[in-house]
Amino acid sequence: MSAPLSYDPQPPRPAWGVRVEPHKALSMGQGIRIAPLPRQVRVPLDLTAMRVAEAIVAPGDSILTGQVIARFPGPGGNAICAPVTGRVRDIAPCPVPVAGNYQARCISIDTAGEDRWSEDCKPLEPAGSLSRENLQARIARAGIVGLGGALFPTADKLRTRTPVNLLILNGAECEPYITCDEMLMRDRPERVIHGAAIMLRALGARQAVIAVESDMPEARLALKAALAETDEPGIGVAVVTAKYPAGGERQLIELLTGQEVPLGGLPGDLGIVCQNVATAAAVSDLFRQGRPLISRIVTVTGNGIGQPGNFEVRLGTPLRELIAAAGGYAQPDCQLYMGGPMMGIALDSDELPVTEASNCLIVSTPEEMAAPRPEFPCIRCGECSRVCPARLMPQDLLIACMAGDAERQAALQVDACIECGCCDYVCPSQIALTARFVQAKAQQRHWRLDQARAAEARERSDAHARRQAERAAQYADGPKADPASGEQAMKDLMARLGQRDPTDD
Amino acid sequence: MLAVVVLAGLAGLAGAGLLFAAGRLRTDATAQVVNQVDELLPQSQCAQCGYPGCRPYAAAIVAGEAPINRCAPGGDSTIQALSHLLQREALPLDTRFGEHQPAQLALIDEALCIGCARCLEVCPVDAIIGAPRFMHTVLQDACTGCELCLPPCPVDCIDLVPRPPDS
Ligand code: SF4
Ligand code: SF4
Ligand code: SF4
Repeated sequence: MSAPLSYDPQPPRPAWGVRVEPHKALSMGQGIRIAPLPRQVRVPLDLTAMRVAEAIVAPGDSILTGQVIARFPGPGGNAICAPVTGRVRDIAPCPVPVAGNYQARCISIDTAGEDRWSEDCKPLEPAGSLSRENLQARIARAGIVGLGGALFPTADKLRTRTPVNLLILNGAECEPYITCDEMLMRDRPERVIHGAAIMLRALGARQAVIAVESDMPEARLALKAALAETDEPGIGVAVVTAKYPAGGERQLIELLTGQEVPLGGLPGDLGIVCQNVATAAAVSDLFRQGRPLISRIVTVTGNGIGQPGNFEVRLGTPLRELIAAAGGYAQPDCQLYMGGPMMGIALDSDELPVTEASNCLIVSTPEEMAAPRPEFPCIRCGECSRVCPARLMPQDLLIACMAGDAERQAALQVDACIECGCCDYVCPSQIALTARFVQAKAQQRHWRLDQARAAEARERSDAHARRQAERAAQYADGPKADPASGEQAMKDLMARLGQRDPTDD
Repeated sequence: MLAVVVLAGLAGLAGAGLLFAAGRLRTDATAQVVNQVDELLPQSQCAQCGYPGCRPYAAAIVAGEAPINRCAPGGDSTIQALSHLLQREALPLDTRFGEHQPAQLALIDEALCIGCARCLEVCPVDAIIGAPRFMHTVLQDACTGCELCLPPCPVDCIDLVPRPPDS
C-alpha cells in the first residue's frame, strides 16, 4: 500500500465530483463555543432501526451526567450515557431529525441546572497500559459512535477480524456550510492526534493518516504543529483536493490510496478502517478527561441565525435551545435543515433533539432556499455520469426507475449510489435523480425479498408435487405414476380442486 | 464394394445420431423457455390461472395453449415481463381469472381449529404444519397467500390478512 503520508502540494484531482460554493466562512468567525446546559434532553434508543438499545433507567429515576442509561443487546457492550444530570420524565416515541419522519423511543430527562458527574467518569489509566480488548470495551461502554453520520459503534469498528494496516481519520468535510470538523482540527488538534493514537492501539495497527481538504490550510498547520509536539509515531496528515464528495468514505480511500472498495465490500477488505476526526477526539476525551460521549460539536449556520458558529452541545438538547444559544432566529419564517445542502434533510420543527449524527443545523431565510425546479426531459448529455463518484450511469438508472424495472436497476448497480446529489447538481434538465435512486434502493430490498420468497415457494411446490406423486404411486392399484414428473399429482390436484377447465376460454 | 457398404453404414449412423440429437435439443430448448417463463411467474401456486401451479401455466404458455394475461397475483408487471420475454402482445389482465391485489398471508384462528388436517393436504407449498386432531398453524415465511386452504376448512377458521411490509 502506498499512502501519501507527507504533504503533497498537488493532491490528485478526481474526475468525479463537483465544486460547490463553500459558504464555510459564515460559521468560522469564532472558535468552538460551549452551549449552556439544556433544560430538557431527549436521548433516542433506536436512532437506526438496525440497533435498538434497552433503557436501564425508569421514569422518576435520578441520574448523573455520564451514567450508563441504556445498553445495546449483544456481546459488544455498547451503551448510551446520560448527557446531563436530572430526573427521567418518561420513555416514549418522539420525532428525531433523521430521514423519513422517523419516531424513535426516547428517554426524556428534565434537568435542574446542576451538572454532577457519575463516579465512573474518571480519567482512565494511561491508555498505553491497557490491552486491545480493554480499550475496545471502555470505548463501547462510553457510548462512542461514529460522529460522521453513520452512527456505527466505534468499538465494533475497532474489533476487526482481519489485520488493519491503515487507519484513516476523515477530516475531509466536503459539504458546503459544515465546519464542525474543521473547527475541531483547528482548535483541538492534540485531541484528534491523541484519539488516533489510542485507536491505533485498539486496532493493533501502526499507521494512521488524518485527511484534510486542500482548502483547510489552518487545520493542516494546526495538526502539523500538534504532531511536532507529541511523540506518537505513525500518524501523518494528508491533503485531498477540495471537491465534493471527497469526504465520502469510499471516495476518500480512493483519493488517498488509489484503491477502490469493492461493491458490497467494506474498507476492511483493503485493510483500512475509517473514523471521523470528531470520533477520535471523543476517544481522547474519554481517556484524558474520563468524559464519555455526552456532547458533540454542531455547526449552526445560515443567514437566518443571529450568531452562526460551532457549538459544543449536550446530546439530546432541543434544537430550539441550541438556536437560542446561537443568538436566536434573525427573522421569522426560517426553514431548518439538518446536515449540508447536498445531503441534508428539511426539518419541520425546532423541538427535535440534537443527536450524534447532527453535524450541522442550517437556518435558512426564504431567499436562501432553493426555489422548486421544474423538470425537463433528459437530453442524454452525460453530465451526470461524468460527476458520479460511484461511477454509475444516472441517466440510464433514471429510465429504469421511471419504468419501475427493479431488475434493470439492480444491473445498473443502484445500490452503489451514495446519494451524494452530484448528478442533480449538474443536470441541465434539473431532474431530481437522487430522490428517485433513494426510493429505488428501498424498493430493491423488497424486490430481493420477493425474489427469494418466489424461489423458495418454487422449491417447496416442486417438493410437494413430488411427494404427492410418490404417495399416489404407493397407493395406486393401476399403473404406477412417474414420480419424477409429478404430472399425476397435478391431475389429482386439479380433480380435487374441481376448478375451471384450462382449455375452456 | 466393401467401401461403399462401410461409408453408407457410417452415413446412416451419423444421420440417426443427428436425428436423435435434434429431437433431444428441441425438448431441451422448450424446457429452458418453460423455466424462463416460470422464473417470471410469482410462484403463488394459487391455480387461479386455471392450471395447477405456476410451472404448468408456464408450460401451457410456451406450448401456445394459454395467453399470457391470466396470472392475477403477478398482475401487469408480470404480463409486461412475459410479453418482453416471449415477444407477445401485452394484453390487460384477464380478470375472469381474478383481480390483482397486494400480497396476503393466511392465518389460522388457532382457537377454532379442530385439527381436521384438510388444509394440510391442499397447501401447494407445504406451509401449514399440524397433524390430525392437533391445532394447525401457517408458516408465515412460506405462505404465498394462494387461498387454496380456505374452501376445505369445515369451520372457516382461516383468514387472509395483508402481508406486513418487510417480511
Ligand atoms: S445530466 Fe440530466 S439531462 Fe444530462 S444525461 Fe444526466 S439526467 Fe440526462
Ligand atoms: S447516482 Fe448517486 S452516487 Fe452517483 S452522482 Fe447521483 S447521487 Fe451521487
Ligand atoms: S395464477 Fe397463481 S398459479 Fe397461476 S401463474 Fe399466477 S401465481 Fe402461479
